[in-house]
Amino acid sequence: MFRNQYDTDVTTWSPAGRLFQVEYAMEAVKQGSAAIGLRSKTHIVLGCVNKANSELSSHQKKIFKVDDHIGVAIAGLTADGRVLSRYMRNECINYSFTYESPLPVGRLVVQLADKAQVCTQRSWKRPYGVGLLVAGLDESGAHLYYNCPSGNYFEYQAFAIGSRSQAAKTYLERKFENFTDASRDDLVKDALMAIRETLQGETLKSSVCTIAVVGVGEPFHILDQGTVQQMIDAFEIVGEQEGPDAAAGQEASAEPEQGAGAGEGVAPMDI
Amino acid sequence: MNFMASKQPENSLLGPESDSQRTLYPYVTGTSVVALKYKDGILMAADMGGSYGSTLRYKNVERMKAIGKHSLLGASGEISDFQEILRYLDELILYDNMWDDGNSLGPKEVHNYLTRVMYNRRNKFNPLWNSLVLGGIKNGQKYLGTVSMIGVNFEDNHVATGFGNHLARPILRQEWHENLSFEDGVRLLEKCMRVLLYRDRSAINKLQIAKITEEGMTISQPYSLKTYWEFSAFENPTQGAVGSW
Repeated sequence: MFRNQYDTDVTTWSPAGRLFQVEYAMEAVKQGSAAIGLRSKTHIVLGCVNKANSELSSHQKKIFKVDDHIGVAIAGLTADGRVLSRYMRNECINYSFTYESPLPVGRLVVQLADKAQVCTQRSWKRPYGVGLLVAGLDESGAHLYYNCPSGNYFEYQAFAIGSRSQAAKTYLERKFENFTDASRDDLVKDALMAIRETLQGETLKSSVCTIAVVGVGEPFHILDQGTVQQMIDAFEIVGEQEGPDAAAGQEASAEPEQGAGAGEGVAPMDI
Repeated sequence: MNFMASKQPENSLLGPESDSQRTLYPYVTGTSVVALKYKDGILMAADMGGSYGSTLRYKNVERMKAIGKHSLLGASGEISDFQEILRYLDELILYDNMWDDGNSLGPKEVHNYLTRVMYNRRNKFNPLWNSLVLGGIKNGQKYLGTVSMIGVNFEDNHVATGFGNHLARPILRQEWHENLSFEDGVRLLEKCMRVLLYRDRSAINKLQIAKITEEGMTISQPYSLKTYWEFSAFENPTQGAVGSW
């Protein structure tokens, strides 16, 4: 995107019917570190890449618990994300107090989207520079939504946002058909594998990522580092076993497909 | 002489004019409401009387109304305040429907909303002079609760307001059990309402019974209970009396 004379104010349309400030805000989301979400019928898993600025500092918190049944992962301006999380927590707690019942995630997401829209139509405001993956439970089951700075929201089976999210999206596109009936643990495994795709060769370890789960009968919580590392170790071992076995299979039957399969199993471990 | 009278808007609750705005006592009142959980949902009974002090002024007052798809509200106390509550709930249900998503407010949510309203009004010393009974069923879960004008609320398998607490609840404590059939539930309610008719001077012999199940709410046509006044103790009641009783 190049600078032009219609991008100073959010309240100025371009002749092509675009609001450049809103589009620039969406760019900010793309620059943030990756966050992914995926859901089955009963559970939703959120994951994000957590890179600290330097060895001396701690990493930023990008996953927030909003209520027992709702959590959010953010990408972009984390400060904006924190403010919106506080708004969401407030809405949930007020609803719970008045109705003694959890706020349906579908309604929270609409309220959030309407709040974001206001900032696209006031000359003295700027759009929020953060994309939110909202995971929550409803009367109708598990839901995953994406709220963007434009004030739009979409429901997803699985999604990834932030930098290098395309790699994760490609992985999710391949696997999403299995998600609806997947078990909770398989879902977490898929989340970790999607995060690995965004790391582009770097080793996946629990110190660079954060995983959170919410489901029917399971309140929203962030998995602790030990548990996450165990799960990573579990499927990385399986990956190594698949590699040599597939290679042996290839020698035995000499089929090009299996060779490609062996390549997939072995290659990430090679690096 | 007041040279610098501070201006207050007409509708302010400060100053001498404010007392005439607050509810101090009720005017047109309804008497007891009795309700119980049964196999398929909730049964609720209330008579159709609206008393003006000791005069039985209005004899066609419906004191039970459906709220949304899942709830039933019965009220005793000031009838105009009941109508005000119905207006609040109408707006609540309207906004709930306007979301047009798969979610809807169930009886538990409505009950808690009413509790907040009643308690907040009580805190402002301007109560809605009612005792409310809120019953309903949603997704197979039966719910029956009550809220008073000071915001006291609780749930139970059977509830009543006013005189019903003293005359009907003891009967229900003895005879209510889980999974009552519709006929048994009605019979039990009628037994309670008959006692109230005999002993509560603001009760009239014209009542309705409402039922709410997963299918929806139905309310009976007004009808009367059979009463028996030929007890020998009622003939020549002063015969054995000492004093003016």
